[in-house]
Amino acid sequence: MELIGYPLRLDETFAALADPTRRAILARLASGQASVMELAQPFAMTQPAISKHLKVLERAGLISRSRDAQRRPCRLEARPLAEADAYLQGYRRFWDASFQRLDGLLDEIKTRDAKRKKRQRRKP
Amino acid sequence: MNTPGALQVTTPSEREIAMTRVFDAPRELVFDAWTRPELIRRWMLGPPGWSMPVCEVDLRVGGTYRFVWRSPEGKDMGMGGVYREIMPPERIVTTEAFDEDWTGGETLNTLVLTEQGGRTTLTNTVLYSSREARDGALKTGMEQGVAASYDRLAELLASAPR
Repeated sequence: MELIGYPLRLDETFAALADPTRRAILARLASGQASVMELAQPFAMTQPAISKHLKVLERAGLISRSRDAQRRPCRLEARPLAEADAYLQGYRRFWDASFQRLDGLLDEIKTRDAKRKKRQRRKP
Repeated sequence: MNTPGALQVTTPSEREIAMTRVFDAPRELVFDAWTRPELIRRWMLGPPGWSMPVCEVDLRVGGTYRFVWRSPEGKDMGMGGVYREIMPPERIVTTEAFDEDWTGGETLNTLVLTEQGGRTTLTNTVLYSSREARDGALKTGMEQGVAASYDRLAELLASAPR
């Protein structure tokens, strides 16, 4: 996969994703492009408030807005989201699997130590 | 917060990645499992099918460690570093560098173990040399997991509140 020169903006991506309204906007855009007015509708929010969220998403590269059309519809850009998710997934997968194994090992050591203590107590 | 099982991965600053996990065991045991090679090899293996042909630990300040993992396809991934601080059973600071340098130079890793009511909270924070270095590591993660991630992307979007 050729990625050299591609601007990674993971800090902005993570920051943008931290907000539930912005995640909801992305979810809405996953089913097709929409105007600011259409996006504002399901939320109890003014258009300027929604526009603020859209600016954050746009800066993070998560959405794009067409320049030419009058209503400037927003479109989802999936790539930065996939980048942020992919890394944390790879990292998480490695450690999650390892730590689950460690849970078992710790149980085994605890049981062994308990048995040893019991044996030692029995000795005079 | 003090619930065993759930792994939390966060990005506390633009140069760091941190993970937190709770274990139902005293921290002496967790410390041993993290530092004794015969124990490390039994769990620090990643996804099913991976093995750990090299696991060498010289546990003293200035001492080195080296780990090599082998994927089910037979590809090796090696890394190692130096112990900078060792405070059993609560804290270890190490440097870490991968053979295929995808982290933009070495990282500084701080492991902290705290114990409460017989349970241990493990926090491991990886500090990269720069934001670019961390993002470089993120990029490698992406190359490895991109196919699965596009599936996950759909799930993530579907689970977002509407």
